[in-house]
Order: sequence, then C-alpha cells, then structure tokens
Amino acid sequence: MNRFLGFVKKEFLHIFRDYRTLFILFGIPAAQILIFGFAVSTDVKNAGVAFLDLSKDETTQKLTDKIISSGFFRRTQNLISYNEIEDVFRKGKTKEVVIFEKDFGKKLLSEGKANISIIADGSEPNTATLVTNYTTAIIADFNREISGIRVNNSGLIQPEVKMFYNPNLQSQHMFVPGVITMILILICALMTSVTITREKEFGTMEVLLVSPLKPIQIILGKVMPYFLLSFVNVILILLLSWLVFGLSVKGSIILLLAESMLYIMLSLSVGILISIVSSSMQQAIFISLVGMMLPTILLSGFIYPIENMPKVYELISLLMPPRYFIIIIKSIMIKGTGFLYVWKETLILLLMTIVFIGISVRKFKVRLE
Amino acid sequence: MQKVIESTAISKKFRETQALKNISFSVNESEIFGFIGPDGAGKTTLFRIITTLLLPDEGEMKILGLDCITGYKELRKNIGYMPGRFSLYPDLSVEENLNFYATVFGTTVKENYDLISDIYSHIEPFRKRLAGKLSGGMKQKLALSCALIHKPKLLVLDEPTTGVDAVSRSEFWTMLAKLRQHNITILVSTPYMDEAMRCDRVALIQNGNILSIDTPQKIREGFSRKLFMVKANEKYKLITALRSYPETLTAYPFGDSVHVTLAGNQVNESLFDYLRQAGLKNVSAVETVAGIEDRFLELMEKEEKV
Repeated sequence: MNRFLGFVKKEFLHIFRDYRTLFILFGIPAAQILIFGFAVSTDVKNAGVAFLDLSKDETTQKLTDKIISSGFFRRTQNLISYNEIEDVFRKGKTKEVVIFEKDFGKKLLSEGKANISIIADGSEPNTATLVTNYTTAIIADFNREISGIRVNNSGLIQPEVKMFYNPNLQSQHMFVPGVITMILILICALMTSVTITREKEFGTMEVLLVSPLKPIQIILGKVMPYFLLSFVNVILILLLSWLVFGLSVKGSIILLLAESMLYIMLSLSVGILISIVSSSMQQAIFISLVGMMLPTILLSGFIYPIENMPKVYELISLLMPPRYFIIIIKSIMIKGTGFLYVWKETLILLLMTIVFIGISVRKFKVRLE
Repeated sequence: MQKVIESTAISKKFRETQALKNISFSVNESEIFGFIGPDGAGKTTLFRIITTLLLPDEGEMKILGLDCITGYKELRKNIGYMPGRFSLYPDLSVEENLNFYATVFGTTVKENYDLISDIYSHIEPFRKRLAGKLSGGMKQKLALSCALIHKPKLLVLDEPTTGVDAVSRSEFWTMLAKLRQHNITILVSTPYMDEAMRCDRVALIQNGNILSIDTPQKIREGFSRKLFMVKANEKYKLITALRSYPETLTAYPFGDSVHVTLAGNQVNESLFDYLRQAGLKNVSAVETVAGIEDRFLELMEKEEKV
C-alpha cells in the first residue's frame, strides 16, 4: 500500500510541476465550454435584416416595427430599389431582406391580401432557415392580429408549440452535456496515454520494471491522480455552465457525479490501454486524438443524431463509450430522471471499464520485449 | 564461496543480429566484476537478461540461486539496477527521486542511509534541485544512490561512467570499492579499458563473445609477445610507416605513442633506419608492459583470424 501511495505521490508531482499539463487539464475544458456555449450557438440573435419598402404606409411600418422589436432581428439598412439587394448581401451583415410590394396597405384593405417577399442569404443554410422561419412566424402573428380586428376572430386554429425540458430551445442545453462527455474522454485518454509512454521514452520504465511494483499498482497509480483531477474538472464545468449559462442540474447531482466518476474511470482505462500498446508519446497522442476525438464527436450523438445515421455507423456507435454517457448525462441534467432510467447505460459503461482495465493488466509487459 | 551469478551458454538474438553467443561466466559474492568491451559488444543486452528485463533465447542463468526466468519476481526485490541512460525523473528533485525509489522498494531513506551516505553526501546540498538540472557527475551519484537505496544483494551498473568527467569517474570507483564492505556484489560494464584495473575480475566482451575472463593483472600478463612503445615527432606518419614495415605484426596508437609488436620480438637498427627514411625525427622505442587494452586488441585480432 505504501508503495502504491508513493507512486501516486510521484504522479501528482509530475502533474503539478508541468504547467502545460495543468493547462490542458483545466484551461482547455473551460475554454471549450465557453466556445461551444457562446460561439457555436444555433440560436438567432440580432440577425441583420434590411427592408425594401415600396409602399411606405402605416401597415408596413407596423410590421417592420414588429419584426425588429422581436429581439431576433436588427435593422441594417433601408433599401430603395431591387438593385441594392445583392450589394447588401455581399456586405455580409444582412442575413435577410424583407420586401413589401407597392400599395401594400391599400391592397390588404381592398383585396384582403398583400404580398411580402422574404429573401435570405442561402450561403449559410442554417441561419437562412432559422431567420425565414422566425420572420414567417412573426408575419403569421401579425396576420392574426389584424384579422382579429377585422373579422373578430372567426374559428382560426392557433397552434401553440411548447418545448419540454428546454422551453427556450437554448443550444447550451445541448452543448454542455456534449462538451463534458467529449472533454472527459479526450483529456483523460490523452493525459494517461502519455504518462506511461513517457516512462518508456525516458527510460525510467526500465527501472520501474526492475522493482517489486506490480503491473496493477503501476496502472492504478497512473490513473488515480488523473481520476481525482478530472473529477474536480467535472465540478468546475458544471459550476461554469451554471454561472455563465444558468444551466442547473435538474436531477440528482450526486447521481450525476457518481456517473461521471464511472465515465472518468472508463476514459482513463482507455488511455492506459492506448499507452500500453503504443511505443512512443507521439504515437499515443496520435491514437488518442485522431482515434478518439473524431469518433467521439461524430458518432456519439453529440452533434449528429444517431437515428439518422446509416446502419453501419449506428452499429459502430454502439462501441463508443461517449454515446452512453451522453444519454445518461442528458437524462440527469436536463430531464431530471433518476437512476432507474439510465441503469442500462450505466451497466454498459461499467462492463466496458472492467474489460479495458482487464486487457491493460494482461497486456502490460513485465519485461522489455 | 557461493556464486551470485552462474550463466551457462546464454544466447540472445534480435531478428538478424546475434547479440550474445554462448555466454558462460560466474560471479562470486562481494566481488566487483567488470564487463569490458566496445559499444555494441552486447553488454547492455547481457545486463538486461541479468536484471530480468529480457529473456535469453538459449542457456541458463541463475542469479542469487534463482532462475532468471521463473524467479523474476523475487529477484526484482534484490537487484539494484542503474541503466546506461540517465533514467531518473528530471522533473522531480534529488530528494523526491530518492524518496520515490525508497518507497517503491518498500523501505525508507533513513533505514539505509548509512549505505548511501558516502555517495549521497556529495549531492545532499542540492537535494532541492531538480534532477534534470544536475551535472553529469551528480546525476550519476544520484542514480547510484537510487539503485542502492533498498540495499540490494546484487548491484548492476550499465556503463555508469560514460559521459562523466575523469575526476568523478575516479571518485565513483572509489565509492564502488567501499560498497564491498556491505556484502554487495557489483556487476559493472564500461568501454574504458583503464577502469578495468579497478575490478576484481573482468570479462572482455566483443561481438557477443567473451574473449577472456580473469583478474585484470592476469589478463595483462596474458599478452603473448613483447610490446614496444615507439615515439616520434609525427604520430600519424609514424603509424603508417610502422604498419608498412615488414617486421611489424601490430601497431596501435596509444596516447602520444604507438604500441608495436614485432615478428622478431626485438627492436633493431633496421626499424630505426626504416622510420628515418620515412622522414621521421626523434624516433625512440622502448619495451613496455602490456595493458588491458593491448591484450584486448590482441584477443580481438585472434578472434577475427578464426
């Protein structure tokens, strides 16, 4: 036991003495959360809109005000002719142009209908879809208002959409669990995969092998410090997303932390396995970055829904540990469900951990060959 | 006396290269046994087999009475190993390195301090310094302290003095000699022939073969011919001239002179005439005592002829 603790202490010294390790461990997760939370937002806020009002009457004025005051849009320019549309898109700040036809208000009164054109910048398809949807919704709302005044609301069906668990459709709800999942497996796997190969490269492995340390002691001794630090990391990320995005954990925090511990342990055992099979630090970094990062992002359901994947990818994704953890963490954080709803995923993670550690201990070479 | 190591016909092959061929030797208790040979002779491979890091392809090796293959767990408790490459943690301080190795071997620095005090006292003033920032000589002393901290019965040192200055090297050998009092058997390898004299017995090793095993004195005495030390004003010219002289058997540079063996086993006027004709001045030749290196070269030459 003393041997083991001595080994753990040594690992802690390595970590705290190398500020780069500390930066990767704590700086990158914080940066990722902020980047994903703010920059990679799928919400539309203050999208630039230009108006070409050929009518300039009371109705168009009202509708324009309604669009701008919605909070989603910001007026960039008032256009005078059709020729200006392309120019204004080229400048890039305007995502959408709204065109009112001539005599818009008059036609609406006399004929009961009038035309609006909405032109969006299709070079950014996501934004274009979002802004046109929002605009149509605002116009539909406006329609109801004026028809309410005129026809006294005769049997119109008004759908009211409500989003459960994430009423405002904030993208942070999607990203924070995803980023936690991704960061944990990346950091844990990367860090631990480097530690054992480093001993191999520095030649210190030779001395460690000629010592009474057992393979399991070396492996767990390597894992332990990163386990504790990653756990602190999870708490930091949760705090950060609560303070910055106001995202609180709906379900039991204790359950969430316990599941995180299991997932950290799994990620670490993946890292250990990588480091045992690779012979140099470079190789270990390569395997853990390329081999882990892409599949994690693409196949875990973090960004692309698993249901939409071709059958083959769906089968591959079954082997991805992040896939299960994402389900667990989302259920607990956002839906607030209890253990009964995630026990299957938990069991899978537990089995994976045991298998990985088992392979690592078996594969660990007690000699140099 | 009990044998600490008994090696019988050990062979080891790495793909195409035959690293060790039929190596047999035995090491007595509390002796300093040296392996002398150039780089690539197979010293490191042999030491790795002894420290249970590699398995031999053929042959049998008994260390401290245990088989090197099946008894590796027990052996690893009793062997102190200092690899050829500096292999401590450069980002840990002197003290932390020592403490780490002590706990790994289940002991404390205090418990065995008397064993390392002689060596460690030199670096103790720098105990807070990171190991990576030590000078070559200090690194070597720290590595030795770490290898000794668990009071091993067998100490294996792979080229401990390579890359260390002459003063530290000499100090190092004095320390090794003192360790004999503690009943520690020491196995050491070195490419420096002059260090062979400080071992109790040495094995000359070349291309995976042991050329000879004996006390350094006996090895020197094994030199079969008379050896002459020839000097002149231009050393390089002297060697080429000597090698073209028909009576010359061998001519090897040695410090500022050339060690020569001659077919007639004596220096005569014709040699001086020959050298003067070659344009050399201040030529002198005296008989000298053969060193380990001379004997090594002689054995090597024989080996190559076979």
